[in-house]
Amino acid sequence: MDLDVSLLDPVLEQYEKGDASALIHALQDLQATYNYLPPEGIKAISDYLDVPMAKAYAAATFYKAFSLEPQGRTLIQVCKGTACHVRGAPLLEEELCRTLDIETGGTTEDQEYTVKTVNCVGACAMAPLVIIGEKYHGKAKATKITKLVNKGASSDED
Amino acid sequence: MRIESPKQLAAHAEAVQKKQKEQKQQVLICCGTGCLANGAREVADAFTEQIADKNLEVEVGLYTKETGCHGFCERGPLVVIQPSGILYAKVKASHVEKILETTVLGGEVIEGLLYKNPEDKSLIEKYADVPFYKHQKRIAMRNIGRIDPEDIDDAIAHGAYTGAARALGELSQEQVLDEIETSGLRGRGGAGFSTARKWKACAKAEGERKFVLCNGDEGDPGAFKDRSIMEGDPHAVLEGMLICAYAIGAHEGYVYVRHEYPLAVTNVTRAIEQAREAGLLGDDILGTGFSFDVKVARGGGAFVCGESSALMRSIEGNVGEPRQKYIHATDRGLYDLPTVLNNVESLSTVGQILAHGGAAYAELGTEKSKGTKAFSLVGKVKNTGLIELPMGTTLREIIYDIGGGILGDRPFKAVQTGGPSGGCVPESLLDLPVDYEQLTEAGSMMGSGGMIVMDDRTCMVDVARYFLSFLIEESCGKCLPCREGLKQLLAIYDDLVAGKGKEGDIERIETLSAAMKLGSLCDLGRSAPNPVLSTLRHFRAEYEAHVVDKACPAGICRELTIFDIDIETCDGCHACQIQCPTEAITGERKELHELDQDKCISCGVCYDVCPQGSIVYSPKPLGREAEHAHAND
Repeated sequence: MDLDVSLLDPVLEQYEKGDASALIHALQDLQATYNYLPPEGIKAISDYLDVPMAKAYAAATFYKAFSLEPQGRTLIQVCKGTACHVRGAPLLEEELCRTLDIETGGTTEDQEYTVKTVNCVGACAMAPLVIIGEKYHGKAKATKITKLVNKGASSDED
Repeated sequence: MRIESPKQLAAHAEAVQKKQKEQKQQVLICCGTGCLANGAREVADAFTEQIADKNLEVEVGLYTKETGCHGFCERGPLVVIQPSGILYAKVKASHVEKILETTVLGGEVIEGLLYKNPEDKSLIEKYADVPFYKHQKRIAMRNIGRIDPEDIDDAIAHGAYTGAARALGELSQEQVLDEIETSGLRGRGGAGFSTARKWKACAKAEGERKFVLCNGDEGDPGAFKDRSIMEGDPHAVLEGMLICAYAIGAHEGYVYVRHEYPLAVTNVTRAIEQAREAGLLGDDILGTGFSFDVKVARGGGAFVCGESSALMRSIEGNVGEPRQKYIHATDRGLYDLPTVLNNVESLSTVGQILAHGGAAYAELGTEKSKGTKAFSLVGKVKNTGLIELPMGTTLREIIYDIGGGILGDRPFKAVQTGGPSGGCVPESLLDLPVDYEQLTEAGSMMGSGGMIVMDDRTCMVDVARYFLSFLIEESCGKCLPCREGLKQLLAIYDDLVAGKGKEGDIERIETLSAAMKLGSLCDLGRSAPNPVLSTLRHFRAEYEAHVVDKACPAGICRELTIFDIDIETCDGCHACQIQCPTEAITGERKELHELDQDKCISCGVCYDVCPQGSIVYSPKPLGREAEHAHAND
């Protein structure tokens, strides 16, 4: 897969050259642009902000928001906050992984879905919560979520 | 428009209020994250569209307002009609036409959309009469749900920046600091450090360049008050930062917002822009000559960044590793310059303290914990949502009077407060008045205000294990006691829940916990054993059941539990069959159902949904384990 490097410039342009404090923001923009952190992008940011590659990778691997692996087109996040946990989040995670035949953190073979857990998105009143793409599904039930995913990505916009 | 003086601010507020009075009726639609997830966006759009179609703005003076979180997320999307104060719950876009015709134009209430009191099934018409709201006292969250967070004029009309105007216009730096001291305000991030002491230390610190930081990295799972404040009333936070900056002589500030809170990032960023345009941030604020500006820093999804020194490293663009605390941030914080870091809720309270005086605030609360505190009441409680109460309210009042009791009227078991740094408070302490001291004494802590209610179907060993697995992911790894201690603790817990507990495990847990408390570098590691020790202290028998009897009394630990159907009472209602994730339950409707033990994964969904109580669980007979594992291969 060739990387479209033309998307890198708009990411970098927002920051001052050599401004090391912008590292995390720049990585966030990179992640938002490509859905993961491509090595070429990390290198470009490292050069532009004058940050050693080691430091750039340290940040890229420290923060959970970043992924070094390409992710599926649709990200499924299972909230693992305490409220979700006591209301049955572990079962949701298990069922999603079983249905999609992947482990948590993994991506389906067709590159459609990535399943991740998130440590509380602060929508605890609707626990347990699953976020498919941008859409929050509160009071999620294992059977219902699995059906939703099985129907395909189109149901995200309902 | 730029506001040039405190006087002009008051005049502007009055002008906007006057304009708002011309709007005879308002429809307030809650657009917090909770309600949005339940479809509030569609409801808001339907209102806007239909009001425009019917030209109701002109004809009857009807306007819509999209507000921040009302707190009662459980019943969302919420719609409030003003001035009558009628509250409609669980509103859908398809209800909008009827609401406009019947309630707004016809002046009549639609009973079907009213909130039904789970207590006595009565319908409650007015927002203010709902028990969930009736007991609350809102200061930090005063304007959330009442204002449009996207509109600074609306915030100003509701009193935003009046505290800042008084501070900058009338008071000296010392007077502001004294006012905060009189209020007795303590850090609402959970540790409870005196806000006045922190500010005074920083005001005294030498250096031209100082910083005011707002900690919006609300990482405690189960807490979301800071998210709601940043989303619903960002100007309250900015006002607090401005007052702090004036008091300590800082000119730069950052709001550090969690990566997981996208709407908060948007709303705070917009609020900063609007405040700059209005002359409430930037140079020569309110014509007083004082300058202060704020930027947003987004977190990267790391719990440890809620720790003050880690947060500062993160703003500097580094990995969020804490450092030793013998140097105070008030002397050497961000970029090694004097820095005040306050929690979102603390800062949003500051404006009110300055507007109404510290003494008025100190009238609320207990002897050592003054004022009010925001909590997110979640878990197995009927009314989940966000609340703000005077300190000293008892747990019983919170859970039963406001929360409406336990879901399904099951027995209460414990309430977890303080997130991964806190602990579980048992039933015997339900009459505990909630403040910093009392919670600490009970082996828990205030923390970010998350209150997760647990019923008898919650295993305390599993809860402790949950927090350990949370913390093991979030430990930054810098110091050994935290990094390795968590790993070893989790290994013991993995054994306990799998029925492989050994004699001496409980003692080993206690030894490891003590070492972590003594030896860890920052509060993440030092407080990490709290969930473990508090569950051990209050629920030791449950631990012993796991170790000695290889049984989970709550029926949660799957390796220790089998479920079955009680043939005497099962009426074949199908509820369990529909929910069973592995299709282990079979049987025709209205006929006795059967549970195939080889397919059953002991998840317990059937137990929780059965209206008859016909599902029973018991400890898994020893020896069955190997057989079961084989069947699953």
